[in-house]
Amino acid sequence: MNPITPIINGMKITLKHMFMKPVTLQYPTERPKVSQRFRGLHGLKVSHSKAKCVACYLCPTVCPAKCITVEAGEDANHDKFASVYEIDMLRCIFCGYCVEACPVDALKMTGEFELANYNRQDFIYSKERLLEK
Amino acid sequence: MGIEILGLPLMYYIAMVAKVLVAFVFVLLTVAYATYAERKIIGHMQVRLGPMRTGWHGLLQPIADGVKLFFKEEIVPSQASTFAFLIAPLIALIPAFITFAVIPFGGVIEVAGYKVPLQIAAYYDTTAGQVFDVNVGVLYILAMSSLGVYGIVLAGWASNSKYSLMGGLRASAQMISYELAAGLAIISVFMLSGTLSLSKIVELQSGFNGFEWYVFKQPLAAFMFFICSLAEINRTPFDLPEAETELVSGFCTEYSSMKYAMFFMAEYANMVTVCALTVTLFLGGWNGPFTAAMPLLGPVYFIAKVYFLMFVCMWIRATLPRYRYDQLMHLGWKVFIPVALINIVVTGIVGYFI
Repeated sequence: MNPITPIINGMKITLKHMFMKPVTLQYPTERPKVSQRFRGLHGLKVSHSKAKCVACYLCPTVCPAKCITVEAGEDANHDKFASVYEIDMLRCIFCGYCVEACPVDALKMTGEFELANYNRQDFIYSKERLLEK
Repeated sequence: MGIEILGLPLMYYIAMVAKVLVAFVFVLLTVAYATYAERKIIGHMQVRLGPMRTGWHGLLQPIADGVKLFFKEEIVPSQASTFAFLIAPLIALIPAFITFAVIPFGGVIEVAGYKVPLQIAAYYDTTAGQVFDVNVGVLYILAMSSLGVYGIVLAGWASNSKYSLMGGLRASAQMISYELAAGLAIISVFMLSGTLSLSKIVELQSGFNGFEWYVFKQPLAAFMFFICSLAEINRTPFDLPEAETELVSGFCTEYSSMKYAMFFMAEYANMVTVCALTVTLFLGGWNGPFTAAMPLLGPVYFIAKVYFLMFVCMWIRATLPRYRYDQLMHLGWKVFIPVALINIVVTGIVGYFI
């Protein structure tokens, strides 16, 4: 087989690629546009300046990674609410089943993907950190 | 008149030293920025950006790399042969730079009334009215480029590590096979030129407005010489002595800090030299249109041609994967050497009848 032609074809391809727009994202300065359905950090939805969560325990039940801790409490109106709502991000697999399971649409997944921390403790996200801003 | 040394005025010596310094610093800068250019070009060929953070578009990257390597820890393996281990990078680096002494990078320019040829090892004889340079310039370059391999072999052997030794062995085998083919390829140029002096060879290519290049008369030889030179300086696709996938880093596995940087400088300096030599032998050296009217255009053409060939080197590197060892030997011994020999014979026959 003629060994020159494939080399020339390859050289053509590399030359063509040199004039393409690079796909690199200059990360800290340029941010990626995450998709609407991106499954990042969880967010607890807020309604009437209160978390919508009613502490029904469906999310810890459905969670395959067992990373959600919920404790129910009773507020002044004798309504059930989550007094503790913690997600261990080191265990979470970002499957989104918790969001699907939620009967009151109190949970969502945000586009937040920078979840690095310095301490293991910091990976356990408390209710305050999960509440949507 | 001012001070005279050996019958020549002081100004002449200053001009000579300035010429050497400018040429050397320029080669050094080219070597430094060749690393940057390579990373940028290969990056863009892979639809990436390459270095972007150090300085504007990463322009300070070579300096940052140099500073980083300078402050790295110097490690000499306890089982290494210390003296040979320390001297090997120098043996690789020095021949890479001194080959540049005989390459003409421009015509004759006038500095303060004295004619200075733009070639380091050359002088202009005013009574004879012509440039005299090393009349075996090409032999000198071939000799120096084969000296460079001693550094690599010595590095491989002195490191006392099997990967290094394998790299050194491969380097020597590769060098021997391809030096032959490269030498045979340029013999056909000498058959046309009838001289080994590089400035004469450049002069002979100055016809047709500076476009009477030997590459048009000897395309096969030019192609073979360039490819063999790539193999001789261990550039991809012939980088078997430092094949990362097989030999960690080949001959420079045990090297660190500035000694490692020296090997890399040697590699890139060799690339510059080889491209400069190819330009001189086949692409008309510093010849080009209007060089007679404006002598300073000579170096510009020369640099442009050298940079173009360096770009081709990087382009090849971005395209081709490494050759297998047996393919390398097959290409050297069974393809290039016979073709070069046939080329010599054909050149001889054609030259006899014309």
